Amino acid sequence: MSQTAMLEPAIIADPMLPSPAVVRAIRPETYGISTFSLEYLDPAAPAGFAPGQFNMIHLPGLGEVAISICSDPNTPKVMEHTVRYAGSVTRAIGRLKVDDTVGLRGPYGNPWPMQLAEGKDLMIVSGGIGLAPLRPVILEVIHRRSSFGRVLILYGGRTPQDLLYTSEFERWQDSGIEINVSVDRADETWKGQVGVIPMAFYRIRLDHRNTLVFSCGPEIMMRFVIYEAMARRIPKDAIYVSMERNMKCAIGLCGHCQVGPVFICKQGPVFRFSEIEAFFGREEF
Amino acid sequence: MVGSTAPRVSATVLLAKSVLQRVLDNLHEGGFQLIGPTVRDGAVILDAIRNISELPIGWSLEQKAGSSRLLRTHATDYFGCTVGPHSWKRYLFPPHLDLLIAHRNGEGWTFEPPLDDSPPLAFIGVRSCDLHAIAIQDDVFVNGAVRDPHYARRRERAFILVANCNTAATTCFCTSMKTGPRAPSGFDLALTELPESFVLEIGSEAGSNALAGVDWQPASAFDQGRVAQIMQRTERQIQRQATTSDLPQLLYDRIDHPYWEAIAARCLSCGNCTLVCPTCFCSTVEEHSDLTGASTRRTRVWDSCFILDFSHVHSGNSRPTIKSRYRQWMTHKLAAWIDQFGRSGCVGCGRCIAWCPVGIDITEELSALRSLGAR
Ligand SMILES: Cc1cc2nc3c(=O)[nH]c(=O)nc-3n(C[C@H](O)[C@H](O)[C@H](O)COP(=O)(O)OP(=O)(O)OC[C@H]3O[C@@H](n4cnc5c(N)ncnc54)[C@H](O)[C@@H]3O)c2cc1C
Ligand code: SF4
Ligand code: SF4
Ligand code: FES
Repeated sequence: MSQTAMLEPAIIADPMLPSPAVVRAIRPETYGISTFSLEYLDPAAPAGFAPGQFNMIHLPGLGEVAISICSDPNTPKVMEHTVRYAGSVTRAIGRLKVDDTVGLRGPYGNPWPMQLAEGKDLMIVSGGIGLAPLRPVILEVIHRRSSFGRVLILYGGRTPQDLLYTSEFERWQDSGIEINVSVDRADETWKGQVGVIPMAFYRIRLDHRNTLVFSCGPEIMMRFVIYEAMARRIPKDAIYVSMERNMKCAIGLCGHCQVGPVFICKQGPVFRFSEIEAFFGREEF
Repeated sequence: MVGSTAPRVSATVLLAKSVLQRVLDNLHEGGFQLIGPTVRDGAVILDAIRNISELPIGWSLEQKAGSSRLLRTHATDYFGCTVGPHSWKRYLFPPHLDLLIAHRNGEGWTFEPPLDDSPPLAFIGVRSCDLHAIAIQDDVFVNGAVRDPHYARRRERAFILVANCNTAATTCFCTSMKTGPRAPSGFDLALTELPESFVLEIGSEAGSNALAGVDWQPASAFDQGRVAQIMQRTERQIQRQATTSDLPQLLYDRIDHPYWEAIAARCLSCGNCTLVCPTCFCSTVEEHSDLTGASTRRTRVWDSCFILDFSHVHSGNSRPTIKSRYRQWMTHKLAAWIDQFGRSGCVGCGRCIAWCPVGIDITEELSALRSLGAR
């Protein structure tokens, strides 16, 4: 660097600098959860995402949160985000109106391996809001249905009110996707299955030589999913999970998302189980 | 030759001690702000200096687990104190840094990056362990997939004058970590302090330029021999040891060991070790709004894996106990770091040992875990 360049002040654009994005639509899902469609204002902003990636949504003065992109990757300009009002920032997202602006950066993260799933059976196992990062997988499958074998969703929630995207299930089924829904605790309106998700494994048959498992949900649920899948002789490297940890930067710099040797934000959130087996589900690790 | 022309890169020269002031003057005139060790409130810290008289002359450090004391000595060494609680990371990776300003315009927001008008810095008296720590933070901030441009700019502009250690503290274990006490490369200038003079290695063009107009003479084989002797003496002084050949696996094999509970019973989870550690790089972000809400600043601040909130997720905290947090810190430093960046995250500077209020010693805990076997 030249002497004068060293002494000149410089404007430093941080990789965490968001870009303005507009709320195009808001769709309530269930109590305390809505889906927000966001579009970057800047036409030069990144366009395109892969299923399983996430964005950082920034509300100036309040903070920034990691939210999965849950829409169709074939229409990437407007990205949908299903947000559960969990704390201060997500609750403030809940107060947004159509046409409001937020800060957005992304997409980030390692996606689901869609290519590996081609020609294979795909089993999507998810609990509660964990279906959000898997919805782009489902929408992508529908686009190219014949590229995939049997596609089966095992989806569960604590109660019927915790289930997302229920109004879309019929369309998914019409596209040749099997859906097996269960709740831990039923109410009088519930006509479906009752029981935790891993139980659903006992109601299905699968071809262990030709199946990939994609799972996202509470870590304890994913632990049982892995157990049940392996008990059915699905190999470790055919099981993929999406992990969640506190995230501040999403670009491998802040250190928050580390679990053992991995940074969830840059090497994940989607991992092949065989890669993280030594650390996955270790108590308080 | 008594030089008024600057010596060439990779030369080794001899300077009278007082002449170091001319080197600092040259750097100052070149636009650098000088940062060096100086005594404040009973500790050697790093701060802006302008004169070699501000260096900790006539002080030595007495350190052990849980304590660090400055003692008056008759020695006239400028660089006789090893490392205090500060490290150079506070200048390359500042504890508080504005990342952006968000302005409200009508219904929306615009995001503006801040102007960095900080001067280039010259680090005076960098120890070999700390030079390695800077290289380790380079791995994190500039050699990865995403660069931190703030760190990169500060780092590219920094001038580094190393002080090879002519004495070590009892907390030092750089010889185990292969990071000291002598800096092999990666500096602009490196000095070794003799009783009456400095032997100076010229490591770069910038280092050579800093000697413009300075009186120097080539270091003789005898001078170089004295440097080698001093470095051997420092190496012999270093008593503390850490075995590293069985890392990272040693710690991975003990993730569920009950011994972590015994450490946790002493650990206060204060995070001092992460603050003083020259390689710890974790940060969080804060939002500061002005009263009208028309603009807000987003500031990056140092964080620590010992703080409960660090691992907060809505569904619960992923490291709720002190046991899990101490284990995270030590396992990251000594094991996971090797998988992540190809080398240990510990340079053996001993700061975390001296500045731990209850005297937890990473080298002793490592030996204890080793002797207890896998679990
Ligand atoms: C890769 C990834 C994808 C995610 N996708 C979604 C999604 O599609 N929909 C959704 O509703 N939520 C998602 N989350 C969780 C979401 O980020 C948290 O609910 C949110 O950060 C909570 O912030 P808050 O300020 O509202 O709550 P608070 O509890 O007040 O959070 C305070 C801080 O804690 C951290 N934090 C709290 N909970 C979490 C959490 N579960 N995960 C990570 N950090 C957390 C955040 O840094 C937050 O700023 C995702 C998290 C990750 C890591
Ligand atoms: S650890 Fe080694 S290099 Fe660092 S201050 Fe001590 S003796 Fe010097
Ligand atoms: S862990 Fe301790 S001894 Fe090692 S580099 Fe950090 S502060 Fe120094
Ligand atoms: S979220 Fe910051 S390192 Fe992963």
